[in-house]
Amino acid sequence: MSNVTLTGVSVSYDGVTVVNDLDLSVAPGEWVALIGPNGAGKTTVLRAIARLVPFTGELTIGEQSVAQLGAREVARRVAMLLQEPQMPTGMTVSQYVLLGRSPHLGYLGRESTRDRRIVADTLRRLALDAMAARPLDHLSGGERQRVAIARALAQEAPVLLIDEPTTSLDVGRQQAVLELIDRLRVEQGLTVIAAMHELTLAGQYADRLALLVAGRVVASGPPAEILTEAAISEHYQAQVRVIALNGSGKAVVPVRE
Amino acid sequence: MLGVKGRAGQAAPVVLHGLPSLRWVWAVGGVAALLISSLIGVLVGPVHIGIGTVVQTLVGGGADPGQANILWSLRFPRVVLGLLVGGTLAIAGAAYQGVFRNPLADPYLLGAAAGANLGATLAIALAPGTSLIGVNVVPVAAFVGAGAAVAGAYVLGQTVTGLRSNTGLILAGVAIAAFFNSIQMYVQQAQTGSIRQVYSWILGRLVTAGWDGVLLILPYIAISVAVIFLHRRLLDALTVGEEEVTSLGISVRRVRLIVVAAATLGTAAVVAVGGTIAFVGIIVPHTIRLLVGRSYRVVVPLSVLFGASFLVLADTAARTIVAPAELPIGVITAFLGAPFFIAVMRSTRAAAL
Repeated sequence: MSNVTLTGVSVSYDGVTVVNDLDLSVAPGEWVALIGPNGAGKTTVLRAIARLVPFTGELTIGEQSVAQLGAREVARRVAMLLQEPQMPTGMTVSQYVLLGRSPHLGYLGRESTRDRRIVADTLRRLALDAMAARPLDHLSGGERQRVAIARALAQEAPVLLIDEPTTSLDVGRQQAVLELIDRLRVEQGLTVIAAMHELTLAGQYADRLALLVAGRVVASGPPAEILTEAAISEHYQAQVRVIALNGSGKAVVPVRE
Repeated sequence: MLGVKGRAGQAAPVVLHGLPSLRWVWAVGGVAALLISSLIGVLVGPVHIGIGTVVQTLVGGGADPGQANILWSLRFPRVVLGLLVGGTLAIAGAAYQGVFRNPLADPYLLGAAAGANLGATLAIALAPGTSLIGVNVVPVAAFVGAGAAVAGAYVLGQTVTGLRSNTGLILAGVAIAAFFNSIQMYVQQAQTGSIRQVYSWILGRLVTAGWDGVLLILPYIAISVAVIFLHRRLLDALTVGEEEVTSLGISVRRVRLIVVAAATLGTAAVVAVGGTIAFVGIIVPHTIRLLVGRSYRVVVPLSVLFGASFLVLADTAARTIVAPAELPIGVITAFLGAPFFIAVMRSTRAAAL
């Protein structure tokens, strides 16, 4: 289990500040969803935590400053699930998941029996063992997402960053993927930070929502406090109704007047 | 339950399907292709030499001295050079395609060969027969030229399109190659004394090099091939997106730098003895991907074996088709390679490797 703390973190691309002096603290085992309008900097925050972009400010994972870690050390602490991972033609499921072991290998190292065992276990846990030898380009959207999760899990990092886990999935598969992530989080004590644009689902699965606007956290707290008609219409420029679902969080429903 | 705990705690064998491995059929097939093509290369020639004589000569007993002399001084070194040149061009092509994630990357498209040509031409024309601390300067000059070309293409490609795009790199490589070729043409024309010598190896001929050529390039090729071999896993990793590889703790930049340096070293050495032999780096790796598999754990070793075989056969064809004259090998490989290149371009289009 690892906590993640960002203090005064800023990221700029070509002189344009995308994340601006941002503070965020995520407890071990917590699921925090980053919500906010397009361009608010959700993905960039994830990239900074995984040290995929240069940042200023202080960023720690499990009390260790990310800036002082080597690339492989970062990858052993943080696994990143990209929005639409590029899955090479002809590569098999097990070959792809085995890539998740890279941070544990030396530069020219080769995978050991232990690495292959971890991959086999991961595939079994995600019910992917039957399609281990199947090429990635023969998978459906939901299967690809599960394979991507398996790749991230094989990394055995305590922190899982997820960029839009439900893009281009139907509602049933969205739920299946989020249930799976939640189950794994509980089983393995993962800390999950996910950029999500489905507000209803974000509220149902995350312990806490952090609302990002123009690269800053403008509000953070339990879903019930953050998902309000006032806040959403202000920051998303949207007409919405927020409806309480008895015992199942809140639904954020667009309305047309 | 407690009573049976001992067995369950033991490690079960790992069953993991779908991992790429070089099947022995293909490994044996590659070695067989290498032996058969070598035999053809040794047997075909203006003087008829039987297979028995070849075997006798190799084991060192009782062969006709005239024929043994032809074999040792002409045919054997030529076949060995062909094997080295072909294997290196194929593995360098596969390596460039892997690190640049571009199916059309090739020692010639990146400007490596043009740079090596220019370096070698300068060495031959301006400082013929020079050696530094006992090392012939031609391959060294070729490596410097090839390195300059690839580095130039890399820098130019980056400033134009940024790190993410690979198209810019290839376009930059083509531009650099054209530029280097023009300088090389100038040097070649201005130095009429060495024009024939320069011209003959630019078109690619393994006839003049002999055992000296083999010894000249062997160390460079050994390093090049060994380094690329050690990067098979990383080349596979690079086939996923750049951001994803980076998130796995792999420095794309570092892998690219080391593999490009190795492939360029091999290319330069090959150009120094073989001249311009284009398209081997595209034909061979792509055929292997099509027939056997796309993992570099398969593509890299098989490229060496089949690239070597392919080039020896192409060379044999080059000296047979218009006998007693000889075609440059580059003519044969380009004749086969250009249509192949177009086929690869059409079938892969935007698809990432």
